[in-house]
This record gives sequence, C-alpha cells and structure tokens, in this order.
Amino acid sequence: MKTIFNKYEEKFWRNGLTERGAPLIGFRDAEIQWNKNDEKRVVLETVFEELDINAIIFSKPSQLYSDIIDSLSAVSDGSIRPVDCETRTFFHELPVIKSLDPDAIIASLKARKCVIIQGTGIIAYGTVSIEQAFITFSSVCFACFVKFFLDILIHVKKYFHQGTFKTVFENVIKQLPPLPIMDTTLKTGPFTNEADVLQAISEAGKLTVQKRLVDSFFGNISYLFNEKLYISQTGSSLDELDGCIDPCPIDGSSCVGITASSEYPAHFQVIKQTENRAVLHGHPLFSVILSMDCDKPCCEFEGQCHLKCPDNRSVCGIPIVPGEVGSGKFGLWHTVPDALKQNPGVIVYGHGLFTTGKEDFNEAFHHLLAIENACRKEYFNKIKRLSISQ
Amino acid sequence: MPIIFQANVMFGWCGKILKIDLSEGSWKIVKPPREIFEKYIGGRGLGGYFLKKYITLDWNDPAMPLMFLTGPLVNTISPTSGRMTIMSRSPLTGTVGDCSVGGSLGTELKRAGFDGIIVTGKSQKPCGIEIDNGIIKITFSSHLKNMTVSRATNLLKGKGAVAVSGPAAAHGVLFSNIMIDGRFSAGRNGLGMVFAAKNLKYLTVKGSGKTEVFDSNTLIRAREDVMRLISASPAISGSFGISKFGTGALYDLLDARRMMPTDNFRKIQFEYASKMNAHAFQKRYNPKSTGCKGCHILCKKRTLGGTDIPEFETMSHFSALLGNYDLETVLEANRICNDLGMDTISAAASLSCYAEHIGETLSPEKIILLLNETGNGKGIGKDLGKGAFRYAADVGNPDISITVKGQALPAYDPRGAYGMALAYATSTRGACHLRAYPVSHEILRKPVATDRFSFQGKARMVKIGEDLNAVVDSLTVCKFVFFGASIEEYSHIYTAVTGKETTGHDLLKAGERIYYNERIMNFENGFSAIDDDLPMRFFKDSETGISPINRDDFIAARKNYYRVRGLDRDGKPLQKKIDELGIE
Repeated sequence: MKTIFNKYEEKFWRNGLTERGAPLIGFRDAEIQWNKNDEKRVVLETVFEELDINAIIFSKPSQLYSDIIDSLSAVSDGSIRPVDCETRTFFHELPVIKSLDPDAIIASLKARKCVIIQGTGIIAYGTVSIEQAFITFSSVCFACFVKFFLDILIHVKKYFHQGTFKTVFENVIKQLPPLPIMDTTLKTGPFTNEADVLQAISEAGKLTVQKRLVDSFFGNISYLFNEKLYISQTGSSLDELDGCIDPCPIDGSSCVGITASSEYPAHFQVIKQTENRAVLHGHPLFSVILSMDCDKPCCEFEGQCHLKCPDNRSVCGIPIVPGEVGSGKFGLWHTVPDALKQNPGVIVYGHGLFTTGKEDFNEAFHHLLAIENACRKEYFNKIKRLSISQ
Repeated sequence: MPIIFQANVMFGWCGKILKIDLSEGSWKIVKPPREIFEKYIGGRGLGGYFLKKYITLDWNDPAMPLMFLTGPLVNTISPTSGRMTIMSRSPLTGTVGDCSVGGSLGTELKRAGFDGIIVTGKSQKPCGIEIDNGIIKITFSSHLKNMTVSRATNLLKGKGAVAVSGPAAAHGVLFSNIMIDGRFSAGRNGLGMVFAAKNLKYLTVKGSGKTEVFDSNTLIRAREDVMRLISASPAISGSFGISKFGTGALYDLLDARRMMPTDNFRKIQFEYASKMNAHAFQKRYNPKSTGCKGCHILCKKRTLGGTDIPEFETMSHFSALLGNYDLETVLEANRICNDLGMDTISAAASLSCYAEHIGETLSPEKIILLLNETGNGKGIGKDLGKGAFRYAADVGNPDISITVKGQALPAYDPRGAYGMALAYATSTRGACHLRAYPVSHEILRKPVATDRFSFQGKARMVKIGEDLNAVVDSLTVCKFVFFGASIEEYSHIYTAVTGKETTGHDLLKAGERIYYNERIMNFENGFSAIDDDLPMRFFKDSETGISPINRDDFIAARKNYYRVRGLDRDGKPLQKKIDELGIE
C-alpha cells in the first residue's frame, strides 16, 4: 500500500490540490490502512464503520482552493451548487458542514460523494479505490474555483464592485500560478508507426497537466493513424496514459473502443469533418468560466444554456457552443466538429475546450494554451472594465 | 423535509402479493406489512424473504414456492425499471435460484395490482395461470405440452405478458429456463424445471392499473439525472456501446484483454474473434434495436426476420468456447436454446465439456444436433442436459467441468480479472458474472479502473458489488444502467417513488441484508467455504500464456471476503451479523 499512498500524496501536491504531505488517506479491505498517523483518523474510522466504503481522503486543500472554498462555504445554505458540466452531471451538489462532527459527516456522505467541512477541509470517499476519492476531491476544487470566479463576475456586473468578496478575491488572485508558456516542443508528426503515436499522445497529455491546463483526469486526447483513432480511455488521467489508449478502427469493425473516452463521438466527427489528425480536449479554468458568462436578458433557454443555447456566442474570438458529455440527443458531438472547421478551438459551455492539430499535438497544445491565457486575461480585463464603470 | 404518510397508502409498491396453490387450485391475496417491503425492497430481496422458510425442501417439493416478483419502481417512469425477478431453489445447483428478467411481465404484473405472485403446490394436470387485472384463472394446458417456446407464446398472444417453459424443462434439463414473451430468459438456475415440476406450462398477466408515485416532480428531476449519466456512459451509449451493438459489444474487448474463454477455458483468445464479433453480426444481419418494456437503451438486437441476435455470453460461448467460427451457427444455437427453453451459457458449457472429453472440436452441424438432443432429451443430450458438472463427474473426468457450485462459468476468464475470480467463487447462485460484476471496474473502468491482476482491496469491492446488485435486482432495474448512474441517483428515484427518504448507503444496507439472507439459505443447505472455490484449472500453469491465479492469494482474498461479509472462517453466517442486519 505504501507505493499507492505515495503515488496519491504526490499527485495531490503535483496538481496543486494540497500542500505536500497534507492528505490523510485511508484504504480498507478487511483492515484499514492509513498513509500516516493523524488524530483525525479516529473520526474517519467512525465513518468507515458506518459506511461500506473502501477508501477515504481528508485534506485541507492548498491555500488557493481553501480560500475559495471557505468563501463559498460561508455564504452557502448547507451546500454549494456549481453549475459547470462535471458537477452538474456527476456530483449534483457539494454538501457543507460546520465542523468535523462524525454524525454530520456520515449524514452528508450517505447522500453525496464528498463533504466540505467549513474552514477545515474536504472529505471524499471511494467504493472501489483511492482513485475514486481523489477524483472527487479534485472535482470539488475545480468546481469551486469555477463557481467562485463566475460568482464574482456576476456580482461585479450587477453591483460594479466586488463587495464582500473583495479581500478574498485579491488574496486568491495573488495565489494564481503564472500564465503558462509554451517552452518546449512536442513530438513532431506525421507519425509513421503506432509506437510513435502512443508516445506522442502520452507526451501531450502529460504536458497539458504539467502546465496546469487541466487537472490530470479531466480531458481526453486522440490521434488518427492508419485508419484507427487512438484515443484515451474513459476515466484515464491525462498524465498517466501509458496502457490507457484505445485503438478504435474508424470503420467500426471492432468494439474494442467500448472503453474509449465518452467524448469519442466528438473526436471521431472532428477528424472526419476537418483536415486534422490530432484532437486535444481539456477543461482549462478561465475558458470554462467565461463560457458561462452571458449578458442576454430574459432568455427563453435560461437554465438550459448547456443544452439549447441558440446564439452565436464567442470569447476572445473562440466560439462557445452548447453540448453535454457523451452521445445523447444534446451531446457535444453535434456542435463541436462544425465549430472546429473554421476555428482553432471551440469552448463547450461550462465544460471545456477542444483544439486540433493537423499532424501532431504542437498546434493543438499551442491553441489550448493560447486560448486559456487569452480567456484569463479577458476575465480580469472584464472585471477591471466593469469596476471602473463604478 | 419530513415525510408524512397517509395511513394505508403505499407508493411504488402495490402492497399485495398473490398466492396461488396449484394443488388446491386456489388463490388468495396477502398484504405483507410495509416494513417488509422497506427491508427487502422487492424482486430478489422480497423473494429471499419468502423463500427462506422453505429453502431446505427439495426444489420439486410441491411446497417449494416459485415466485415472480417486481420492484417498487416498476410501472413508473424510472429508467430501466421494466424488469422483475423469478426465484425459487435451483434444481441445477441446490442454492438459491433467481434470475432478473426483462420483457413485459413485470410491468403487466404491477399494472394488474400485484407486487408479485407466489406459486406453490402441484397441479394434477398440466395447467396455466391467467391473470387479467383482478381476475385469476387456472386453466388446463395439456394441448401445450412439449410445445416449443415460440409456438406456445404465439398461441397465448393477446393474454398479455407470457411466461412459458419449453420442451427442455419437460425433458429434465437442469438448466432449463422460463421464457418471457418468447425472448427474455429467466435462466441459469433451471427455474424452468421448477415451473414444470408444478405441472405449470404458462403464466399470462395483463393489467391496466397505475402505480402510485409519491412525488412525480422529484421523480422527473431524478430521472433526468440518470438519463444524463446514461448518455455520458461509453459502455451504454457510446459509439461502441451496448445501445448500438447489444451486449455483444463486449466481445472484442474481452478478446483484446485475453479473457475470452476458448476451447473450454484452455485458451484465452480466439483467433476468429474479429470475424465473430458484434460488428460481424451487425454487418451480416442489419438488426433493429429492441428491449425491455419502458427501457430506452434497447440493448436487444433482432434480425429483420425476427430472430434475436445473441447476447454477449451466448455469442462468446457458442463461438470461442466451442472453437466455432460459423456465425450462422451461433445465431441458430441461440434460437434453439430459446425455443427449447435452455440456458445458453450452460448449454454451451455442457457441449464444450463433452468436446474436451472426447478430444474433438465440434462441427457446426454437431453443435446444432447436440443442442436439439439436449433440449429434447435424446441420445447423449440426456446426459448433457444435466449440466457440465454432473456430466463431467459421470464420465469420470471432473476436472473438465468449469463450474462453481455446479453452475457453468460465463464468458469472462477469471485469470484476467481477479475480482471476477473471487466473485465467481462467492456468488450465492453458482458461477455468475452478475452477482458482483467487478468487470465494471476491472475491465470497463467504471466507476474508475482498478488493477485487474491484483486481489488488493477486491474482497470489499466484491462485497459492495454484491450488495449493490442485490439492490438492483430488488428494485428490479437493469444492471447496465450502473455503467453510468450510481446508487446515489437511484436512491433519489426510490425516495421520489416510495416516499421513503433513503440514501444510496441505506439501499446498500438493504442489499447487504438481502445477500446475507442468501448466504444463510445456502448454509442451511450445506454450502460452505469448500463450495466458494474455482476450478483447479485456473490455478495451474497452462499454455494460455497468462499466469495462473496464485492459490494462496486467492485463499487470502476469500478469507478477507468472509471477514468483510461477516462470516466465520468457513463461510458460515454469524448470529451477531444476523441480528445486526435484522434478518428474521
């Protein structure tokens, strides 16, 4: 278990989710094993007794996320309800409690996959593995970040100032990592063998995470080679793609890609409808935040923007389209490919960004990075413009 | 928000069970207390509750109940809820015998105003049961004796949902099915034999009632959450998912992961897999999609001529397991099994056991001949109809029986997924992929991927999976939906339908009670750790190119499982746990 505990401690820190060594991780088969001694184990062991789960993680998030989550918790009515795609689809709401009280924790975890303990940390659990708890923890951080910045933008637009958020907002801004830059070259294509394809995908995935353009398990990536679309598997981490790439024959002659990313239909349509071989999809934060910033008053589709927004919206010249995860009636595979015919990228409302490359991932990665950086600059310019008009 | 119930009003459940005694030719309606429904939910859970008192009787004892039970979500807009459970004691294994089955029977039964039917006794003459809302008739059915499933079902058309047994049951095939609407199999355990032992040939049910829902608006919202997750699931709705290709979509993946049982589990990959996969069936037959009543996934595929495309297990076992590379033979084998009323997995396993014993690969013609002989009780088919376990013992070659508790293994080689290995062993109805379904995380990566070549953590994963699927079979919804949704979303649906405020973990607790009850019943019939085991073939070196399962690791994982499940070292239930779970 030590190796697995070490892996996740490292992952938390590397992804900027917690301070190094902060997470308390428990794993239970017949016996509970912990990654370290900690007085909070007593509380979490009570949770283990009451709930049939096999993994639990407790940690205070890193200062950036702590400030954000504490701020949202303070004004919550017992739960935080982010509206981004991931939370809406998989988590529904994030319960908040006041203290590390075992009964309150158990009651929350019976209903939801995680609980935020105001001013203290996040608890997340898994029924099959630590990975499940890690993903939940990471999703809470992502969802709260997006909600925090979106809420502030909405507040500023309404009141022309940041109000009670001002101090925490300024604090949070100071902690944002610097704008990422493209300081390396990815493997150049076109690729002539499968090994190179797999290596290129893996390398691009790692860099996307390393540059903090996406938390590791969010996003997916594909490359067309030799009549097969090589695509990351569902639920795989972009920085751990070795052995997690499905080669899917594009003539559909094999269903081996049943484990391919849920966004396979979008990737497939993109390579079919455009001249590109490489497709990269991430969930960069400010692209997602600005995709949900809409000024249209009294819209008949209010609350259904992610499904039915009929307007030609854009940010920084990049189109924003509606669409849900997967293959359903409102799936993003209906909207993304068309938008990519004329643009270097497309943002899916409240979800993430798709970019493409003709022969390799250099172009796709460059666009991903440039669009996210442009969105981040635009966000703060917008706050500035609106605040000045006060 | 506190929920206040009106006295005597039930939501979701009808609160009524129809008890029919075929010896007496009588029936009555019983109304179990609400607490029983809440504790055991419905379907398999409720079946186990009613079965326990009789479990030590022989399967063909007239007093042995044969039960048809729905769940509280049936006949509502809850996704994939058009299913039901049929349950009794298994003639094949001697364990609890149950099967979740689709079609329209569950919905019609609920519309007729019943949560279930319990049939006991034995009719003096071949009979049928006809239910039309509140009207119940016991009819004579001599004219249907030995009739194939398709013919009998056709003759009964117009009487609502139809359940029949086929010639296989009449000829003593221990893995004979009850067939619903001519196409949906209540299979594996030999429930068709219990049906026939009561001198029952058919059951028809027609109803027109509505199931009361506590909070329709909340149900609509909860339903939307599940539908969104179904759309997001590659395994269900993806380009290669079961909605498009049927369950045969798994065929290529299992071969690619070197888990395809080939030549009676002597190999793990099939050289003709790419010619025998779901795509090949689609290309050859251009099938249309169909499914259970009220389900939009539509995982069943049917040729334009009306022949069912085989499910994954059937597709795999009638090709790779037998070394057969003729597509038409797979389709025809499936049709024969359904028409004679036999379990396809067990039928293929009997044939592969026979093939290994005689040292031959069966030709397509021989496969078809042997199936017909088995279902009609002729020639060597009489022996094969006893199942692989008994056949192998009878010919003095027990090692070639790839079974657990006498039931043949489905189409996932356990050497490629250790959770599956443990789950086969601990299943309460003999080798079954659906009891814990660790394939979900070990192969399909849901909810997240786990290390398939490790037993680490698998004891608890298997236990949780067993509890979850006990809930699924008791709500009587479809297991496939859990490739996308989770018990959390279904607890909202359950709460909205029944009005009983319930979390996912509350449901899992009920699942634990249901599963433990089954362990108790099996224990009462003498099952213990010695039966929770795999065939020795999987622990020995072979020419498959895959490592055998380490026996010590397996035993250690099983020991962990017993601890996690609250059993003693020999797999025996403990009074403390029985009390804790509130089992009567």
